[in-house]
Amino acid sequence: MQTIVAYVQNKPGVLNRVASLTRRLAINIDSLTVGPTENEEIARMTICAHTDERGALRLEASLEKLVDVLLAENISDRSMLERDLALIKVAADQQNRPHLMELIKVFRGRVVDVAPESLIVEVSGTVDKIDGLLEVLRPFGVLEMARTGRIAMTRGSDLLRPPAVPSSGSKDTAPASS
Amino acid sequence: MKLTGAQILCETLERLGVHHIFGYPGGAILPVYDALGKSKLHHILVRHEQGATHMADGYARASGGVGVAMATSGPGATNMVTGIATAMLDSSPVVCITGQVGSKFLGSDAFQEVDITGITMPITKHNVVVTKPEDIARTVREAFIIANSGRPGPVLVDITKDAQQASTDFDWDAAAPKLPTKRIRNNHDQEEFDRAVELLNSAKRPVILAGRGIMLSGAMPIFEQFVRTSNIPVAMTLLGIGCFPATDPMNLGMMGMHGEAWVNTAIQEADLLIAVGMRFDDRVTGDLRTYARNARKIHIEVDRAEINKNVKVDAAIIGDAGETLSNLLPHVHERDHSAWLAYIKELKGDSAVRDIQSLPDSGHLYAAHVINDLWKVTKGGAIVVTDVGQHQMWEAQYYHHDRPRSLITSGGLGTMGFALPAAIGAKFARPDAEVWVVVGDGGFQMTMCELATIVQEKINIKIAIINNGYLGMVRQWQEFFYDKRYVATPLVAPDFVTLANSFGIRAERVTTRKEVVPMIESARNSDQAVLLDFRVEQEDSVYPMVPAGASLHEMIRRPNNPLVETASEP
Repeated sequence: MQTIVAYVQNKPGVLNRVASLTRRLAINIDSLTVGPTENEEIARMTICAHTDERGALRLEASLEKLVDVLLAENISDRSMLERDLALIKVAADQQNRPHLMELIKVFRGRVVDVAPESLIVEVSGTVDKIDGLLEVLRPFGVLEMARTGRIAMTRGSDLLRPPAVPSSGSKDTAPASS
Repeated sequence: MKLTGAQILCETLERLGVHHIFGYPGGAILPVYDALGKSKLHHILVRHEQGATHMADGYARASGGVGVAMATSGPGATNMVTGIATAMLDSSPVVCITGQVGSKFLGSDAFQEVDITGITMPITKHNVVVTKPEDIARTVREAFIIANSGRPGPVLVDITKDAQQASTDFDWDAAAPKLPTKRIRNNHDQEEFDRAVELLNSAKRPVILAGRGIMLSGAMPIFEQFVRTSNIPVAMTLLGIGCFPATDPMNLGMMGMHGEAWVNTAIQEADLLIAVGMRFDDRVTGDLRTYARNARKIHIEVDRAEINKNVKVDAAIIGDAGETLSNLLPHVHERDHSAWLAYIKELKGDSAVRDIQSLPDSGHLYAAHVINDLWKVTKGGAIVVTDVGQHQMWEAQYYHHDRPRSLITSGGLGTMGFALPAAIGAKFARPDAEVWVVVGDGGFQMTMCELATIVQEKINIKIAIINNGYLGMVRQWQEFFYDKRYVATPLVAPDFVTLANSFGIRAERVTTRKEVVPMIESARNSDQAVLLDFRVEQEDSVYPMVPAGASLHEMIRRPNNPLVETASEP
C-alpha cells in the first residue's frame, strides 16, 4: 500500500481527473479522501493505492502532469501519521451492553448513540486499530459501518504545503506561423 | 468594448497568431462560424472532423507551433477523438475547439449533446468546458500555453452555445492566462548528473537513442555538437527521424521492430545507451527482459513520468533536451570510438547485400524502389507525410531525412488515415515546401474524402499510393505468424486514378520500375495536386522484423532473395 498526498485546485471535475488517471494506469485505489485546506481554492487529497514503489512513483509523476494538481508526493516511506475514522452500528441489548462498552473503551472508541437494540461507536485511528475493534465487535453483530478512508500527514518539521500563490499570470505562447 | 463570446474567440485566436483553423460547422458552433466569416482567420472546410484534427496535428508538426481544429457538439466532437489521441501519443500541440449545447441543457441528453470533456479526459493533456463569454479569452490563451509547453499535447476547449452568443466586455489584459501555480520541482540532481558524466566518459561501446524530444526542444544544433564531441553513433526512433541528418556517417538509422539489423545489434551489444527525448516504447525495445542487457542507461527526458517506466535506467536527467545537453557538453570528453564504429560498419556491410536496392531490376515494382527513387528525385528535400503500415516502415528505411520536421507520421497511436489530412495541414504550415503523401491503399481509403478539401483549397500536394491490394502489414503478420491465413486483409480498392479524376485531381498509374522516376518528376512539375497509384508487389514484406514480444536481436532478416513477384496484372 502506498500513500500519496496531493494538493489540487478546488473545482469541479478534479476528482474525476485523478480517478481517471489511476484507472488508466491500472492502479487500484484503496481509499481516496478530499478535504478543504486553509486556502479555499485548494483542496488536499490523500490517496492510498494498491501498488508498489515504482507504481507510486509513476502515479505521483503522472498526477503532477495534470494541470489542476499543484503537488503530489508519495509519503509512504516517511515518518507520518495516518488516521481513519469509522462509525459502527452494533447490535446491543441490555445484557451485553456493559460488556460491549468495556471493549469499546479499550479501543478508545466513543459511544455516540444508544438505542434499545443497538449503539453507534465512533472510533478513529490507524486502519489496523479500527480493523481490530471491528473484529471484536463482529460477534455482537455489526449492523452498519461507515469509514472515511485514510488521511495522512508527515510528522514534525517535514512540511508538505501547497505552493503559496494559488494562481498567477502566465505569458502567451504564440503559435509559429507560416 | 462589448463583443459576443464567438467574436471574443475569433479575436483571441487572431491575437495569438493563429492563421488557419481546420473545421466543420454545425448547430452548436454556428455563432463562432458567423464570427469567423468576419475575421481574418482562414477556415479550411474539411470533409470529416477526424481530418480536421489530423490537419491541425500535421500543421503543428510541420511548423512547431500550435494547430487549431474546430467542430460542433456531439458527433462533430466524437469524430475528433481519434485525431486527439493521435496527437496525445505523439506529443503534438493541438487545440481543439468544440461547440456544446446551451449551458442550461447540459446533462439533459439534448440534441447532439455529448460529454466530450469526459470522453477526451484520458487522451488530452487538459480539457475545459466554458459556459460564460467572459471566460473564453483566458481559457483559450491558457489552452495554447498548456498545449505547447513542457511535453506538448492536445487541449480541448468545449464552449456552450450560450457562451458563444452572449455579449460581454472584452478586455485583453484582464483576460490574461492564470494557470495554477504548481510546485516547481528542482529536477537537477547532481548525483545523477555526475553519474551520467562518468558513464559518458568511460563507455567503450556507447549508442545515442535520439527521439522526437530533440525536435520539440529545438535542440538539433546542440545535439549535433554533442555527437561530434562525444563521437558516439546515433540510432533514431521513428519520430526522432530528422533530428540528426540521416546521411551523416554518425547516424546509424532507425532502431526497433523494423529498425536496421546493425542498429538493433549495436544496441544489444552496447555498454552504454544515452536516451534523449525518447520513451523506450515497446516497438523500440522488444522484450524488456533481454533489452540491452550489457548496457548502462542514461535517460534525458522532460517528462518525469517516463523515467524508469519501461526500462530501468542508471542515470536520469529530467529536463528539456537542449538545456540538458548544453549542461552536459562541457563535461564530455572527446573520445575515440573508432573500433566500435568500425565494428558497427562491419555489421552494416552484411545487411546491405540483402537490401532490395542492391538487387537487379527484375521488372517488378517494389515499394522500396518507389520510396528510394522519391528520395533521390526530391533530393531529400520534401516533407513526407506517411500513413501507418508497411509503406511507413519502408519510408523510414529508404527516404533519408536530413532535416527536422521533414517526416510526419503517426508513431505512438499508429493511426491509419492520418497521412492525407496531416499532409494538408503541413502544407498550410509550410506553403513553400514540397509535400508528399506516402500512403497505403488501405489507409488512403479511410480518409480519402479529404481529396475534396485539397481541391476546394487549391493546394498543391503530391500523393503516392503504395498500392499492394492488401492491408500489407497485417498480411505480413499473417504470413509470418498465422500460417499465411489471409483473413480480412485482401482489399478491394476503387480505381484510384478515376477516383482522383472525379475530384478534379490529375492521377497516373505506375506499374514498372522504369516509370517511377519520370512519373515523380512529372508530378513535381505540376503546380497542382497529383496522385500517383504505384502498383507494387503484393506480398512483399518489411525486413528486418523483430516479432512482437521477441528480443531486439531476434530479427527476421531479409531473405537472400527477397523478390516475391506476385504483382497482379494492372
